[in-house]
Amino acid sequence: MTNKVIEVSNLTKKFGSFTAVNHITFDVKEGEIFGFLGANGAGKTTAMQMLCGISMPTSGEGTVAGYDIIKENELIKRNIGYMSQKFSLYEDLKVWENIRLFGGIYGLSNKVIAEKTDALLKQLNFAEERNTLVKYLPLGWKQKLAFSVAIFHEPKIVFLDEPTGGVDPAMRRRFWEMIYDASERGITVFVTTHYMDESEYCNRVSIMVDGRIEALDTPAALRHQFNADTMDEVFRQLARKAERD
Amino acid sequence: MRYSDNLHVKQKGIKMKQFIAFVNKEFRHIIRDNRTLLIIIGMPIVEILLFGFAINMEVQNITVAFYDPSPDAITTGITERIKENSYFNNQGNMPSVAKMEEAMQKGDLDLAVVFQQNFQEDLVQTGNAAVQLLANSSDPNRGSISATYATAIIAGYQQEQMELMHIPFQIQTENRMIYNPQMKSSYMFVPGIMGLVLMIICTIMTSVSIVREKERGTMEVLLASPLKQGTMIFAKTIPYMVISFIDFIIILLLSYFVLGVPINGSLLLLFLVALIYISLTLTYGLTISTLVDKQMNAVIFSAITAMIPVLMLSGMIFPVGNMPVVLQAFSAIVPARWFIDAVRKVMIQGQGLFMIWKEVLIMIGMTIFLLGVTIAKTKKRLE
Repeated sequence: MTNKVIEVSNLTKKFGSFTAVNHITFDVKEGEIFGFLGANGAGKTTAMQMLCGISMPTSGEGTVAGYDIIKENELIKRNIGYMSQKFSLYEDLKVWENIRLFGGIYGLSNKVIAEKTDALLKQLNFAEERNTLVKYLPLGWKQKLAFSVAIFHEPKIVFLDEPTGGVDPAMRRRFWEMIYDASERGITVFVTTHYMDESEYCNRVSIMVDGRIEALDTPAALRHQFNADTMDEVFRQLARKAERD
Repeated sequence: MRYSDNLHVKQKGIKMKQFIAFVNKEFRHIIRDNRTLLIIIGMPIVEILLFGFAINMEVQNITVAFYDPSPDAITTGITERIKENSYFNNQGNMPSVAKMEEAMQKGDLDLAVVFQQNFQEDLVQTGNAAVQLLANSSDPNRGSISATYATAIIAGYQQEQMELMHIPFQIQTENRMIYNPQMKSSYMFVPGIMGLVLMIICTIMTSVSIVREKERGTMEVLLASPLKQGTMIFAKTIPYMVISFIDFIIILLLSYFVLGVPINGSLLLLFLVALIYISLTLTYGLTISTLVDKQMNAVIFSAITAMIPVLMLSGMIFPVGNMPVVLQAFSAIVPARWFIDAVRKVMIQGQGLFMIWKEVLIMIGMTIFLLGVTIAKTKKRLE
């Protein structure tokens, strides 16, 4: 039995009278690739922001990386990586400058940053782009770089919010290879996506509808449960229940 | 061992490291943005030169014409005096008042000097003679100043004549313009430009640079990182503080060497006043960044609440004393008003700290107030 790195119960977030996230309860195991699915507006991003300590829950409780999400959000932040839906690097900084900035923010020493930067750029075949401004990189490269920066400080968990939005299928495959590599190194991956084929790559998948988690299991078990051939069909059956636009 | 585990041990140095990494990043943003860099370094130079040479508040080149139906020694004397004055551009004698009015309507004439018939005769016999000054007051300022100049010249001439004629009584009025004997307008606007430029850099650029992070989504990543908001905001202000001082020095050098504005007071005190004002305007920029979410809104908000009051209400262009009481009261909450007052007192009048304690205290008070608002409005977590 592996450890649970995320454990939440009845987590709720209200904005005025609107309940964005409605009493969700789930856990994520160490090293797992956990897919967090839902239509736009189902509450994925809000739920993820609560887990990252960016957004304060209205009610409910939970722990991330062993720390309480309400009282110890600053400790959580040191132990996670986060890649937002919008492109999260600085376009007017060079590749190495972005890496050094985030290395510095996570308190790595200059020596460690320099060594890891060399290794990372080599591994990504980016060595020649070291001094390129990020805005001149193709989108797929930018996203690979953003992911590498998000796990540069070797967090326990990395949160990816729609990391492959707008990227072509070949690039998405390569991106998922990076996710598998990170997972093999023991980093738990918590990923939201609306590409249903990608959900097949996850160990387990939860599907959110109208702020609630309507289904949670391995992709194979979900297909069986909903008597469907693909995850896409599972998702459509659930999404039909949605009342929100 | 994971790096994140290491972090627990090495907590002490992390804040400094984050701070340095962030200040470094901010400087690079500014350096990469050539246009902005050009604006922040070029703006004070252009404004000083523009106000110093192009926008001259003094009235010059006044076109003047004369109607003199019976030329005599005194009218000729007055005419010569006005003609040779460098502020006037002589259009010569005109045959009738009607012709002068015509020229005035066309905009060719600013001032008409109309002597009465038999000027000298009347003056000698009755002690009274009239000269009429018709000033084109479509620009009221120019009109009244033109008339004032001419009146002064005539009065001066009359004075001389009286002395020559040994008339026992004489009226002597002496106007002395203290602090600015040549009535140079550069003494007025140099402190104003300082107030304006520092406001633009500190308030607009700081608020935009923070709001940009919100708009581009990088703020979310920073919020999810261990970087404390206080560290981030403090680091954000450092580059703008440095640039502000560079601009302040540029303005001082240009006004001293190019415009010849003296620095009569303590340079150290002048820098202290600047430091307080820079802190105040930076804090205001931070306050704005907590109120808006779009870069465009930050620019508009700062322009309306910071720039326009500096131009209109600070005393930079329009003296505060000439304003209606309501606007005078309103100008009291414009930070630049107190800065400009303090700079004028120190730089032009050479006064010391004891004479500007009120301005200094008001600016410090405003900074503390805005800092309080900013802290109260800063969201620790995204709503």
